[in-house]
Amino acid sequence: MTERAPVLSVRGLSVRFLMPGGRRVAAVTDAHFDVAPGECLALVGESGCGKSVLASALLGLLPGNAQTAGQALLGETDLLAADERTLARTVRGRLIGLVPQSPAAHLTPVRTIRSHLRETLTELTGVRGRAALRAAAGKAAERAAFPAGHLDHHPHELSGGLAQRAATALALVGDAPLLLADEPTTGLDRDLVDRTVDELRRHVDEGSEGAEGAEGAGASAGNAGAGRALLMITHDLAAAERIADRVAVMYAGRIVELTDAAAFFGAPGPRHPYSRGLLQALPDRAFTPIPGLPPELGDLPDGCAFAARCARATGACAVPPPLTGTVACHHPHQEPGPRAPAAQPLAPEAADRA
Amino acid sequence: MLELRAITAGYVKNAPVVRNVSLTIAPGEAVGLLGPSGCGKSTLARVAALLHRPDSGTLVLDGRPVRRWRHRAPRELRTAFGVVFQQPRLSADPRLALRDLVAEPLRATGRREGLAERVAELASAVGLTPDLLGRRPHEVSDGQLQRACLARALVLRPRWLVCDEMTAMLDASTTAALVAVVEEYRAATGAGLLAVGHDRTLLDRWCDRTVHWETLPARARPAEDGQPAPERVPAG
Ligand code: SF4
Repeated sequence: MTERAPVLSVRGLSVRFLMPGGRRVAAVTDAHFDVAPGECLALVGESGCGKSVLASALLGLLPGNAQTAGQALLGETDLLAADERTLARTVRGRLIGLVPQSPAAHLTPVRTIRSHLRETLTELTGVRGRAALRAAAGKAAERAAFPAGHLDHHPHELSGGLAQRAATALALVGDAPLLLADEPTTGLDRDLVDRTVDELRRHVDEGSEGAEGAEGAGASAGNAGAGRALLMITHDLAAAERIADRVAVMYAGRIVELTDAAAFFGAPGPRHPYSRGLLQALPDRAFTPIPGLPPELGDLPDGCAFAARCARATGACAVPPPLTGTVACHHPHQEPGPRAPAAQPLAPEAADRA
Repeated sequence: MLELRAITAGYVKNAPVVRNVSLTIAPGEAVGLLGPSGCGKSTLARVAALLHRPDSGTLVLDGRPVRRWRHRAPRELRTAFGVVFQQPRLSADPRLALRDLVAEPLRATGRREGLAERVAELASAVGLTPDLLGRRPHEVSDGQLQRACLARALVLRPRWLVCDEMTAMLDASTTAALVAVVEEYRAATGAGLLAVGHDRTLLDRWCDRTVHWETLPARARPAEDGQPAPERVPAG
């Protein structure tokens, strides 16, 4: 999958908030990652770790006191450099389909789902005329498994699951190459979580092939058949485990681990002590919390931000650990493979024999 | 003992979301109430915590039927409950520093003596630093605010805790931390717990028993589901 050009390529993304009194909050620091077509990357971490700020930065929805640095390339477009006009006209909806956190709040309460779909279709596609729009709305609903019988309902008349599907249907209308799902499962029941993320996965696997019928929606025809990319921002590790190909763990504004989902959730498990702690906190694992609290983003320590809570911390951790390989840590848990837990680096020939 | 007997409750006349539901919690027992969103389980929890008056049915608390709800309930009954909701931002006064948020029930009941010590003790139990205690809700994360809301729920040393989706918005570590605080409190005081949620794995791990909303004795089919019968004798 890596041979394919990534859909989204984030390089050195940082976000700072300037607060009253000259305080600076380092919400995101030096994030690097790619998302490939047909791939789901789950960005996980606790509330306040910077993951939602990162999503807002990609969508150009940061508040006025935010400063960004770095690049986020989606095709030719650098999302961080784009002006609001570009973001509104070519990015949101067309290049990035947003599956929002609380669909009920995202939808306009006084309008039916059909009317939402019609409006979005008019805005993002070439479909015109009552009958054609009606048919396209039906088709868009169907893609997200939203029942046709509920199209004339208002948002408050829908269950949480159906509201989520309505929002997903809207996110898919522009046939965007990147789907960005921001905490799509918050507050949903476990069954509904499973169904919601399975449907997201299906949209990733199908890409724009799902839009048979060629209803003229394709603003991004180049994406046809390639598969969408999905960036899912979530605190729900079970949801991430269910659908992600890769996982990025964020702590105190930095990506501290970026790795294959199967290795992360299965064997050999996470390598960063924070990621390990997070998994061990799950009720079907040890159910023990990580001691302490994350540091303030406005007052980060000089060295590793996890040091105060980390059982493996040493003097070396006073220097911030760079992301090397899959993990940003001076003393990560063992790498997969036949590497001995040697106190000293093995000589090359010894490594050969090992 | 907390007994909900044949409770019917709702917000709109003739459209109850809870119909003829019964549930009993023994002293010191932790019961998980599992169900999908919108099923009425939160409303039942509000009835149990004296926050919502049922249309019919009886709430019996330690053998005494409850007759008044909300601000009309006698103070010693109201203060017997500590309640934590899903969304801390909806239940926290945005003008109050976390310190005052936690102390609010003490002030409201005129217990000013030892207030600072009690707040400090709880802050350390829930893992809030003095710096965080000085901030207002918009200056802290959801997880930090929920820690404060849990401290507030414990500040009057309630005999019953009602946690309505307390951890639904929280990450795994904060969830485990808050559950551990609740369990330490219960181990120290013997308080009973009604934990409402939608995550079976969590409720099974947390509670003595988990009941599914669908299987609660209701609609004139009492206790046909193998759940402990409402007459269950308390352990102590
Ligand atoms: S760098 Fe040091 S303090 Fe940070 S996670 Fe690794 S071992 Fe722990």
